[in-house]
Amino acid sequence: MAGFNKVVSSYQEAMAGLTDDMTIISGGFGLCGIPENLIAEIKRKGTKGLTLVSNNCGVDDFGLGVLLPDRQIKKIIASYVGENAEFERQMMSGELEVELTPQGTLAEKMRAGGAGIPAFYTATGVGTPVAEGKDERQFNGRNYILEESITGDFAIVKAWKADKFGNLVFRKTARNFNPMAATAGKITVVEVEEIVEPGALDPDQIHTPGIYVNRLIQGTFEKRIEQYTTRPAGE
Amino acid sequence: MALSRDQIAQRVARELEDGYYVNLGIGIPTLVANYIPADMEVMLQSENGLLGMGQFPSEDEIDADLINAGKQTVTMATGASIFDSAESFAMIRGGHIDLTVLGAFEVDVNGNIASYMIPGKLIKGMGGAMDLVAGAENIIVTMTHASKYGESKLLTNCTLPLTGKGCIKKVLTDLAFIEIKNGKFHLLEHAPGVTVEEIIRLTQGELVVPENVPEMQF
Repeated sequence: MAGFNKVVSSYQEAMAGLTDDMTIISGGFGLCGIPENLIAEIKRKGTKGLTLVSNNCGVDDFGLGVLLPDRQIKKIIASYVGENAEFERQMMSGELEVELTPQGTLAEKMRAGGAGIPAFYTATGVGTPVAEGKDERQFNGRNYILEESITGDFAIVKAWKADKFGNLVFRKTARNFNPMAATAGKITVVEVEEIVEPGALDPDQIHTPGIYVNRLIQGTFEKRIEQYTTRPAGE
Repeated sequence: MALSRDQIAQRVARELEDGYYVNLGIGIPTLVANYIPADMEVMLQSENGLLGMGQFPSEDEIDADLINAGKQTVTMATGASIFDSAESFAMIRGGHIDLTVLGAFEVDVNGNIASYMIPGKLIKGMGGAMDLVAGAENIIVTMTHASKYGESKLLTNCTLPLTGKGCIKKVLTDLAFIEIKNGKFHLLEHAPGVTVEEIIRLTQGELVVPENVPEMQF
């Protein structure tokens, strides 16, 4: 690496320095826009005791779900989980700690974490189990709870295109949590479908500026579809 | 006759207005999209980061990078926009969505809603539901009026953990259209072929019944 060139040559190099008991923030919604090869590398490394922050936890054999069989995840902070049998088993047996967090609160926790804001008030969750143990305050006659932001030792991100400086462009709804995740990692690792030369991307069209990105790698992606839905031909 | 899922969706669609930005939850609410009047422009928001959700794709339009909040493959309507999850929930929390339609297990006379968790059973999570009920001014809950064992889901107090507190004003069930105000349910309409007596019997929370209850129109 030299100067602003963030490109690394292997997935081992991309995830170098990840050790047991670290916190990882991951982009993705369902199986859409997940950093699938970075997740595979974490599985290969066998790192354990991880705290994962991600909207979902994949399915049995794809996405973050692949980290479950070897008990690599200690805790997951997510809004919607349980799309796989092994997850359910580990959660019900208490082997896996699950902190359910409203989806918008989760996104804002990452955004605020990356922006240096330690906590924020939100109306989401007032009067629900989510509010338990949290500071509650009134503003303009309405109640809000205090939610603390999240940062990670690592953030793992999937983007569509990048230039070598790590300026990122996402594609369609594969964007989801990825831009916030990118800001909230001490080390942010991004995998993309295509890396281009600096200057090849229109600065006005960049979604995530390269300042947030530490390591960049080009990969090939399966892009598995969770709910394959179509309309009948001719409609 | 109790309403079918499609009839519930059809009745909800009558609450749409031209120019509305609408978020539809998973299940019956999703069906509302099938009943948007042809002469009306409505933009559907999907909280994973899409405003202007289109119909399901044809086989050759399928794109793994384009899904809705139910993780189904979708298309984009003309004039759609794409954004990240924080932006998506800024729209929701900031009160910019004109109408939110979502399902529930229970609602009560104080506008509380329980929709995400049955203790002792598998807990999958609230997804975006807590943000939606906290952020939206105009919410319609769609649900069956009672369980298959005849236990009312319209209660004095919700028994399950809440998704939101004091945020529901309208409920459309398979039997009735009900408004919640001043700590009571108010019967606005009954489904065709459903008697007011049956609705009273299956509503556990206090129900105000006007002298004349109109039949639901579609």
